[in-house]
Amino acid sequence: MNNGIKNNTNIKVEKRVSIIDRTLRRLQENWRSIVIIIPFVWLLMFFLFPFFIVAKISLAEMKIASPPFTSMVEWADGGIVTIRIVFDNFLYIINDSLYIDTYLNSVKIASTATVISLLLGYPIAYGIVRSGPVAKPILLFMVILPFWTSFLLRVYAWMGLLADQGTINSLLISLGVINEPIQMLYSEFAVYVGIVYTYLPFMILPLYANMEKLDGSLNEAAADLGSKPTNTFFKVTLPLTMPGVIAGSLLVFIPASGEYVIPDLLGGGNVQMIGRVLFNEFSRNTDWPVASAVAIAMLFLLVFPIIIFQHYQGKAAEGN
Amino acid sequence: MYGKRSKFLTVMVTIGMAFFYIPMILLVIYSFNYSKLVLVWGGWSTRWYKVLFESEEVWAAVNMSLKIALVNATFATILGMLAALSMVRFGKFRGRTLFGGMLVAPLVMPEVITGLSLLVMFITLKQFFGWPENRGFATITIAHITFSMAYVAVTIQARLTGMGQSLEEAAADLGAKPFKVLTSITIPRLTPALISGWLLAFTLSLDDLVIASFVSGPGANTLPVLIFSRIRLGLRPDINALATIIILVVAVCIAIAALIMFRQQKRDLLDQQLAEREK
Repeated sequence: MNNGIKNNTNIKVEKRVSIIDRTLRRLQENWRSIVIIIPFVWLLMFFLFPFFIVAKISLAEMKIASPPFTSMVEWADGGIVTIRIVFDNFLYIINDSLYIDTYLNSVKIASTATVISLLLGYPIAYGIVRSGPVAKPILLFMVILPFWTSFLLRVYAWMGLLADQGTINSLLISLGVINEPIQMLYSEFAVYVGIVYTYLPFMILPLYANMEKLDGSLNEAAADLGSKPTNTFFKVTLPLTMPGVIAGSLLVFIPASGEYVIPDLLGGGNVQMIGRVLFNEFSRNTDWPVASAVAIAMLFLLVFPIIIFQHYQGKAAEGN
Repeated sequence: MYGKRSKFLTVMVTIGMAFFYIPMILLVIYSFNYSKLVLVWGGWSTRWYKVLFESEEVWAAVNMSLKIALVNATFATILGMLAALSMVRFGKFRGRTLFGGMLVAPLVMPEVITGLSLLVMFITLKQFFGWPENRGFATITIAHITFSMAYVAVTIQARLTGMGQSLEEAAADLGAKPFKVLTSITIPRLTPALISGWLLAFTLSLDDLVIASFVSGPGANTLPVLIFSRIRLGLRPDINALATIIILVVAVCIAIAALIMFRQQKRDLLDQQLAEREK
């Protein structure tokens, strides 16, 4: 009887030791899981979790307090839990024409800038691909180089070029083309220039990578069969470079539609874009629930281009 | 694919390069303007450089930005490497799709949304755990690591897929344990990608304005936050001087990197020739 109890505790102790031992051994064997868990947990904590909080706040009401919103779950007396979900913020966005207009304006500006970047970037990328072995790496390097200098200062450079007394206006006046300076800074035009200037390398690089892989003999074959260069371009080259066109366009469109710095510095108060409204809503009005609702709405705007982009990225990765 | 470059393409490439570089050249020229008004030429001078170097605010911001960039680049490279290894070398595991999604999403997420959600999270954390007390170095660094590690992971993933697994398999055949293979074969072979990932994370952090403005508190300025607060009100000659210095530093660093790469290539070529001669 006594012996039996002793045995039992012994077994328990042994069991516990063996569990510790086993976990240690398992960790040693499963170092792979540790490798996965560290970045995984980081992203869950600092990337995914914040979005849930934003989604939660977008369904709350504004309150003059810190933090300035009501909590969703409240413990009433007697342990009753009340859950408050308010869709007012979304209704407010939909009913206020400011948000709808800004939304549409962002899409318009981003897509127009994407088309301009494509029209400029395509021939530049093609020209670089067709350059000699010495010029090619230098030109490619020159496209990448601006990326390493400050984005903010590149936008700032255009403030000096586009201002009323700026370089372009002074040049045009001294050439006698115009008498009065044209207002270019703080206009939609300036925002287009800024976006195209900043994001053109993002258009050129995927196009270049795509064109570099093209087989030149296809063009020769088309020419041998009597196709004119223009015809060959539209029937052979352009269809083959479509993956590059799509990747480049999305790489311009997605960041451009959420842009804050460019409309703020070059557009002044005259150009409303959703990223800028969101920033101001947050910092000046401190209406967090509405700002969070704008953020959620903005995500919906971008969710399709992002999915398309990831789809193509996945395909390209498989192709490699 | 080399070929004839038509006149049209040559013109477009020239216009493109002019478009990229003329604004920056003008920025540099105006930094040597004596006049307080950037666009009114008042003769050559280096007075704005002096103003810049004497500004304590600027030095504090430079210091802050460099510290954040260094810590960020190191952590982002480690986390990015772990993430890339998980995605490329470990086959299927539970949550892989979610993991891959979270890893790519920061690349395409608008900065305002990332910044907003991180700020809201820090405030919630403070409410429940009393941390972070003040927003500044720690919060900006955490935010930067989160988005830079995605860029690093992409760089390293590309290298991992590109270099194939034959050496690793050979080591395993010779009896090396998987962990040994990782530390003595895979990671050393990743060195070039790790270096470029680190540099990328470093520049991304130095360049970030929007996310830093969201997650920094009063008094904790990074360099872009400081620059932005000044140029919002218009052109400033000292900012032109600052821009010139940044362009110069970048140019020198890139020239050194190009030189090292060129030497390495030359050495590789020599090695190849020697190897062939020995045959």
